[in-house]
Amino acid sequence: MLELVIFWITALIGLGSALGVIFARNTVHSALFLVLHLLAQAALYVLLEAHFIAAVQVVVYAGAIMVLFLFVIMMLSLERGEAAGDRVPGQRVWAFGLGLTFLTLLGFSLAQAPIRGQGEGLTPERIVALGGNTEALGRLLFTQYLFAFEVVSVLLLVAMVGAVVLAKRRL
Amino acid sequence: MDLDLLIDLGIVGVKIAIAVWVLLTAVAYLIFLERRLVGRMQARIGPNRVGPFGLLQPLADILKLIFKEEIIPQGVDLPVYFLAPAVAVIPALMSFAVIPIGPSIQILGRQTPLYIADLNIGLLYVLAMSSMAVYGVVLAGWSSGSKYSFLGALRSSAQMISYELPVSLAVMGVLLVSGSLSLVEIVESQKDVWNVMLQPLGFVLYLIAAVAEVNRAPFDLPEAETELVAGYHTEYSSLKWGLFFLSEYINMIVVSSLAVTLFLGGWNGPLLPPLVWYFIKLFALIFLFVWLRATFPRLRYDRLMQLGWKRLMPLALVNILLTATAIVVRDMLL
Repeated sequence: MLELVIFWITALIGLGSALGVIFARNTVHSALFLVLHLLAQAALYVLLEAHFIAAVQVVVYAGAIMVLFLFVIMMLSLERGEAAGDRVPGQRVWAFGLGLTFLTLLGFSLAQAPIRGQGEGLTPERIVALGGNTEALGRLLFTQYLFAFEVVSVLLLVAMVGAVVLAKRRL
Repeated sequence: MDLDLLIDLGIVGVKIAIAVWVLLTAVAYLIFLERRLVGRMQARIGPNRVGPFGLLQPLADILKLIFKEEIIPQGVDLPVYFLAPAVAVIPALMSFAVIPIGPSIQILGRQTPLYIADLNIGLLYVLAMSSMAVYGVVLAGWSSGSKYSFLGALRSSAQMISYELPVSLAVMGVLLVSGSLSLVEIVESQKDVWNVMLQPLGFVLYLIAAVAEVNRAPFDLPEAETELVAGYHTEYSSLKWGLFFLSEYINMIVVSSLAVTLFLGGWNGPLLPPLVWYFIKLFALIFLFVWLRATFPRLRYDRLMQLGWKRLMPLALVNILLTATAIVVRDMLL
């Protein structure tokens, strides 16, 4: 009961803020709605007892990435965050087409099969038996998904070096 | 809903109320203490007129703040301008939910611990809340529509983001040593040896980075008066300005409590009761903060960034490497 009430509140905040991202006239307001949306997502993760993911969601997305977003918006749009007009010719048409394609794909995949957890059947009880979220996740990452994990870390390293090279032409 | 659940919820509610009340009062007296201490350190007397020893000074300050005229400058972005002070205070208060100040006690015939929640990811939760603190500063600077505010906000958010990394890296050593993210378990693992003995480098790095992350002197660049008027809160007055002040001091208490919890053994200590130990340690750290402010001149901005990225970051990484190696070697020997 309590869970359901909290779910509805969070879901409504999430949906409302998602709409806010699109409809806000001011780009900074849009970004702030996006932060709110990410926080609502984190709350949903908590309801699903995925505490670790929730915390990481707040630290990485809401705390780090969105701050950089805001930085860029504030630095670039000197007109106090007023949205600039079309930059690419035919931007709106392209955006509409791509959005529609994505929506169709999403709709099809949702219609094909209900979203179901897979893998080792990590139910909340089983996660507690493994010693908690962090432990369960860590074990999976460093056994079953070790290769993917290492590939991602190399990728991030490359991106980091690339960013330094781009930012500092003369080393 | 059954009665047991209701009583449990009630106890949590009361604990939250007490925690918030204690924090707000503590901040008021912390400011008073700081003014007196800095006064003494600078061979002045400090505020001693209101009440005995000036003890009613905080009350007078708060009343003054509440009754001050509220000035809203032209050209502010109203919703964000109102949002910013709240965003600064709320995460700071929320961090306290997971900080344990003592073991369980008996209330109403049931055991209740002296913390609001023992999360499996307690430490991550505190880091998450402190990463939200940047928003208060950025939004305040941007929404004010003033150059000084904006520049101050940019500086201070760059500083907070840069120093968040050394803070999180410095606490990783503690994580490795105690093998848990739960703050309660971390405290319990320090029953015999405090982590500061095992992690001396980590402790020093944490302290330096923490002072910088909460924008305290000598790292109080965001409010460098000589360059930026008052930084991000230049255009705020009355109670909204007060909220920024409040958040700075709450953040100071949070990072000090976290240092006590992670490195100084939390409530552990001989003879005296746990709560007393906790507050002695907390007070010592806060005294250190005030002492630092009275002692060191403000750093230059580029030096600050160099210290963060070129000294603290590599040292914190070395600390993690050393700790991990030591643990592996110990496991092989035993």
